[in-house]
Amino acid sequence: MNTAADSKHVSIVNAKKSDQAETKTIYSVQNFNLWYGNNQALYDVQMDIPANKVTAIIGPSGCGKSTFIKALNRMVELVPSVRMNGSIYYDGKDIFRPKYKVEDLRTRVGMVFQNPNPFPKSIYENVVYGPKTHGIKNKKVLNEIAKKSLKGAALWDEVKDRLQENAFGLSGGQQQRLCIARCLAIEPDVILMDEPTSALDPISTSKIEELVQTLKKDYSIAIVTHNMQQAARISDKTAFFLNGEVVEYNITDKLFSYPDDKRTEDYITGRFG
Amino acid sequence: MVVNVRNMMKNKKSNEFLLRFLEKAAPAFFLLCAVISILTTIGIVLTLVVETITFFNRVPFMEFITGTKWWPFGKNASYGILPLISGTLLITVVAMMVAIPVGLASAIYLSEFASFRVRKVVKPILEVLAGIPTIVYGFFALTFVTPMLQVVISDLPIFNALSPGIVVGIMIIPMIASLSEDAMSSVPSTIREGAFAMGSTRLEVALKVVVPAALSGIIASFVLGVSRAIGETMIVSVAAGSTPKLTTDVTDSIQTMTGYIVQVTLGDASYGSTTYYSIYAVGMTLFVFTLLMNLLSQFISRRFKEDY
Repeated sequence: MNTAADSKHVSIVNAKKSDQAETKTIYSVQNFNLWYGNNQALYDVQMDIPANKVTAIIGPSGCGKSTFIKALNRMVELVPSVRMNGSIYYDGKDIFRPKYKVEDLRTRVGMVFQNPNPFPKSIYENVVYGPKTHGIKNKKVLNEIAKKSLKGAALWDEVKDRLQENAFGLSGGQQQRLCIARCLAIEPDVILMDEPTSALDPISTSKIEELVQTLKKDYSIAIVTHNMQQAARISDKTAFFLNGEVVEYNITDKLFSYPDDKRTEDYITGRFG
Repeated sequence: MVVNVRNMMKNKKSNEFLLRFLEKAAPAFFLLCAVISILTTIGIVLTLVVETITFFNRVPFMEFITGTKWWPFGKNASYGILPLISGTLLITVVAMMVAIPVGLASAIYLSEFASFRVRKVVKPILEVLAGIPTIVYGFFALTFVTPMLQVVISDLPIFNALSPGIVVGIMIIPMIASLSEDAMSSVPSTIREGAFAMGSTRLEVALKVVVPAALSGIIASFVLGVSRAIGETMIVSVAAGSTPKLTTDVTDSIQTMTGYIVQVTLGDASYGSTTYYSIYAVGMTLFVFTLLMNLLSQFISRRFKEDY
């Protein structure tokens, strides 16, 4: 028993070494603080997010995990009273630099939200919205993009015969995959997911989880989740947030089997949260 | 002090008879109030229909709806309503050309760009604009807008369709702005976030996502605006003149259906004369127009409603 656990530990350490060797960092967050009005929501966050991996962010409600992921594509700025300091480097560039174009950032970094939020348009129009807005007019190209993106989101077979129907006619799980397809249509590098399955039933959830596994070949994924099993199942690295701080950030297997911090252990064993 | 809640509650119940009576009588009273407005509507329609039938006993229906000359006075009276309709439509078209762009643009600004503080100041001001008596607008058209227009168009007569048309448009702006803003504000913010997260700018989100999503409410507000322009009375009576003319020239002096009714009720016709009955026929036409517009607006907002 003891030896088995030890050998597992060793293999994890080995995995960590090879991991560091081969992956590059897509996001580098340094000394990042954020306030809503006078309430500080994030404290001195320090975190590197690897490319082409799934990074999970877990923690109890109100711990700042959604705020953090929304800072990565600057969506958090839509809240009027928000203030920040520190820096977030995406692909080597500070996204809070005055001249940095937030629209460019958001075309490279897609986002999937907690509740499916398709536009009140047809399925087809939803998928081609991004390419159209960013200037692609050619109908043939758009059709090709729609097909490719829907296939990428594992939705094509279910909707190929009703592309012109309103997106609200789809089930919740299908709507969420449509939102992923909409995201893929502009070929981002990163996909941020903010509790993408919390509004879905278990079957739709497992479909999205499978999809995340496929997508990580081509995309870097950061996923906020309330569900620790989900984080353990699908992610390569996991960050545990508590009260706006990163308590622990490590390889997922390591964090769930041998957490360094007592608070992480308490959380993942269900003692609070 | 010991408070006995049960006993205190019982005291209130002691007046049981009166309470039970109120419980029964109140809904009856409320029903009565609701019925009053329905009865009034029925009464108005009945009056219109009866008097209109009397009119059509004297003037053939076909002459009324196809005639191109409206001259209801003297021996050679002619009752062709087309000039009155053209006058009304002329005012409506000019009004909507002012009200739709300005109203929609204000709505987009208020819903998508204005800060909370600006919205809190601007919306009540818009609503004050909606509360100004139309007679005031009428004199505003006659004594302010017309002279201004005469600077640009030198041969513009004092009474013309352009100036009251513009002012009717100004009067309708708050209505279109307010209703369209309501429609756009009810588009859920998650949909906006979805568009922002795809790298859309604020303008793109407003024009490509929010406006299409709120289109049914926006169009319904336009149709209600048209209906309001068709029925507008005081502004056109004061500033458009009283010469019914089948024309498309906005600088002409014209008369609208409402303007004609005002002119006759001010005492130009004796009771029982054909001229007198003609106002009911014109009123009926007006009623049909606005009814159709209101039905159309209801149809649009129901048929194309998005349930988010």
